[in-house]
Amino acid sequence: MSRWLRRAMFALVVAYLLAPLVVVAGVSLNPRQVLFFPPEGFSLRWYGTAFSDPGWYRPAINSLLVATFAALIAVSIALPLSYVMWRYRVGYAKAVMAMGLAPFALPPVITALGALALWIVLQSYGQPHTVVLSHGAFLTTLPLATLTVGLQNLNPQLVEAARTMGATGGTVFRTIVFPYVRPYLLAGFVFAFVLSLNEYIIAYMTVGFTFETLPVKIFASLRYGYSPVMAAISVLFFAVAVALFALVGRVGDLPRLLGADERA
Amino acid sequence: MSAPAARPGSAPAPASAASSGRGDGPWPHVLLAWPTVALTVLFLVPLGIIAALGFFRRIQAGFFEVAFVTDNYARALDAFHLERLTVSVVLALAATLVTLLLAVPFTFLLTRRPRARQVPYLVLVLASLSLSEVIVAFAWSLLLSRTSGVSNLLVAIGVMDAPASWSPGLPAVLLAYVFIALPLAVLSLYPTFSRLDQELPEAAGTMGATPLAGFVTVVLPLVRRAVAATGALVFIFVLGAYVIPQTLGRPAQWTMPVQITDQAIMKNHLPLAASLAIVLLVVSSLIAVAIVALGTGRWPRLALPRRAR
Amino acid sequence: MSADRPDLVIQGLGKRFGATVALDGVDLRLPGGSLVCFVGPSGCGKTTLLRVIAGLETPTTGHLLLGDRDLTRVPVHRRDVGMVFQSYALFPHLTVAENVAYGLRIRGVKRRERLARAQELLELVQLPDVADKRIAELSGGMRQRVAMARALALDPALFLLDEPLSALDAKLREGMQVELRRLQRRVGITTIIVTHDQEEAMAMADLVVVMGDNRVQQVGPPLEIYRRPVNRFVANFVGRNNFLPARVVASDAVEVAGVRATVARDLPVPPVGSDVTVAARPEMLRLRAQAPAGPALRGTVSMVRDLGRAVETRVRVHEQELVVSGRGGFAEGDEVWVELPDAGLVALAA
Repeated sequence: MSRWLRRAMFALVVAYLLAPLVVVAGVSLNPRQVLFFPPEGFSLRWYGTAFSDPGWYRPAINSLLVATFAALIAVSIALPLSYVMWRYRVGYAKAVMAMGLAPFALPPVITALGALALWIVLQSYGQPHTVVLSHGAFLTTLPLATLTVGLQNLNPQLVEAARTMGATGGTVFRTIVFPYVRPYLLAGFVFAFVLSLNEYIIAYMTVGFTFETLPVKIFASLRYGYSPVMAAISVLFFAVAVALFALVGRVGDLPRLLGADERA
Repeated sequence: MSAPAARPGSAPAPASAASSGRGDGPWPHVLLAWPTVALTVLFLVPLGIIAALGFFRRIQAGFFEVAFVTDNYARALDAFHLERLTVSVVLALAATLVTLLLAVPFTFLLTRRPRARQVPYLVLVLASLSLSEVIVAFAWSLLLSRTSGVSNLLVAIGVMDAPASWSPGLPAVLLAYVFIALPLAVLSLYPTFSRLDQELPEAAGTMGATPLAGFVTVVLPLVRRAVAATGALVFIFVLGAYVIPQTLGRPAQWTMPVQITDQAIMKNHLPLAASLAIVLLVVSSLIAVAIVALGTGRWPRLALPRRAR
Repeated sequence: MSADRPDLVIQGLGKRFGATVALDGVDLRLPGGSLVCFVGPSGCGKTTLLRVIAGLETPTTGHLLLGDRDLTRVPVHRRDVGMVFQSYALFPHLTVAENVAYGLRIRGVKRRERLARAQELLELVQLPDVADKRIAELSGGMRQRVAMARALALDPALFLLDEPLSALDAKLREGMQVELRRLQRRVGITTIIVTHDQEEAMAMADLVVVMGDNRVQQVGPPLEIYRRPVNRFVANFVGRNNFLPARVVASDAVEVAGVRATVARDLPVPPVGSDVTVAARPEMLRLRAQAPAGPALRGTVSMVRDLGRAVETRVRVHEQELVVSGRGGFAEGDEVWVELPDAGLVALAA
């Protein structure tokens, strides 16, 4: 009985999560500039357009650049912070940690408005580095979460063992801690990267159309004329996300990276 | 079985790897320098600016000038905006409730599966979580449209006479809200659920509880903290969404984020946007705290007499 | 390996964690080259003492000397100890050989050289073929040996093991006890093993340190601890014992339930007239069908268990149940005499 319950539940959730994508994928295959589902025929021309029309591939490149640097910044904040939290007892580290985790406790629109206000005050509104930095700080939460899980799973006796064999702080980090948390670091980087790639409201409020990212471009198309290219791009986005997360699942143990217990 | 932890049972074991703080030297502070500066400038300062901005005066020529006026807050709290606020909160609460009703049983059942079997579902959940709100809005607008939506499917199997458009509208907004919130909720519940001792519901089963009764009497009380925290997280996340209500909603469903963005970008009225944001922040925090209190405050008291026995 | 290893001297060592006392004034002298077991129930402070010796905890009071070298303030990484952790603490991202060679790597020994040395050590612990394996591929017993090889790689002054055998099953544990003892003999290194298992301590140690209540209760060779416990805690923790209320009637005799019996000679006996508890090992008591010539207590057999190498008979004497281990031959309900040993009882302050 509970097996049927489980199957029904899984089917419902999977259908719910996949249904919009199925429709989008179908729409992307229309040969003409219409948004029919099921598609009127079969054509990959809109995927071609996504790669050949500078109106589409420039925002894509912008998004990839922003996501790469933003994820690097997120990781550069999260790694030392989570390490200090785990290794030392420093009074104000908790406050910094709270700032790192807080973005997800705020309505996203407020974070975006804060970024807009900050860059106006600093008179750099619209410049590419603003979205990189704001994304980096906003998405720090993700590597912070994965690294904290990783460090919690790290048996403190491993560190003690290294110390009895002569290793001190920096060496322990380099030879034991870092190799151990590397999969968690990678997972955190991927999460931040993929979320930055998809983030709309902060990008819209910091750089808007002056350094157009893909979500901003798609949103503009959503308001000023639908096109099957949007569907093609959406499918590609989803594919990139699935591929990256599947890669993380291959390299590391996904359940463990997401906070399940350490056991076989 | 194996030896009980050999560490002094009564004495507090030295915390994980945290050093006593003596002789650490400048290292922790050097390491913390960049995170502290970055997060202060990029997170705390912007919040401070917004808080101040709400009292500034808008000027036509530029963005704003420093002042101390209360008109922005007066407008943020007028009848129109209070109605928008109410709509936002009610929509977000409804979406949160539906999300939890789906996410709690799903996550529980998922974590009872072997680890390797969980991976494809986790990948799907992660990929859905990362899907841009813009793409989600686009996808649901297609799914609910007349030309390419499910209504065509229903016509084909004879349930409906003619295809209909369900977007924009309230159902579209709620469906899309739950769609973006569900993956977040699953991932937020996942650690607690997967650490839940598998034998506890089994033990309940040996004492005659049906799976459902075991879930309600054993599992739910153990995870209520995580569920409440997830509820708060989802509520805030949905409450702050902009693209979905803007794209999939009619004006009746335009929420606070739509108003804030409208004022900040279209109308160039940053002080009003800031005061709206502060109102939203205060209300969302209060409700989030209430959700957590509601989830954790009641049940422990019911459990007290049992402990006293 | 040097034949003359310095003694480890512990003076007035105390450790507090906040308000709780984990170690309360420990004084010990552990002879160089010996194998010492710290034994006691969980929470008695034995692991804390080991961690203080390793340098993983800083003592609140007292000193730690190795020969004439004061170790008290020497940080763990310069203390020259090799340690086997309860979880083994093998590095999961390194191969077996890289684990063993880790300390040499920290000291800047060249890769080829240190891997060659790792191989030697793996041969020492009888694992010649696992150098390139991952830790996850090893069984529990193999991990145990790798952890020992790793701890010995730097030829340390002290070899410390925290509950090293507790994760192994009973059969494997016994084999490892013998092997560990042999290894220690061969290397000649001063070794301290923490265990909660008193039988394990008795089976391996040159010197047993019984700890209880965050203090050292007794120090001595295994047989002495077994035969001559100094207090009720040790008598109760090490092996099994029967305890009977008694009164001292002479410098070498007590009266138990109206029967006069002699006590072990070379132990201090409380003054004549004082109330004491006497301890008698189950195998020191004998069952008789008729009243024997020596001191004996009359009782009724309440339970018989045949344990294979001996029969355990429980006899109800007055309000108490005595456990007797021997050849048996009695059945439940039999009236018997329990004969007390000559000069075998231990009188302990009540």
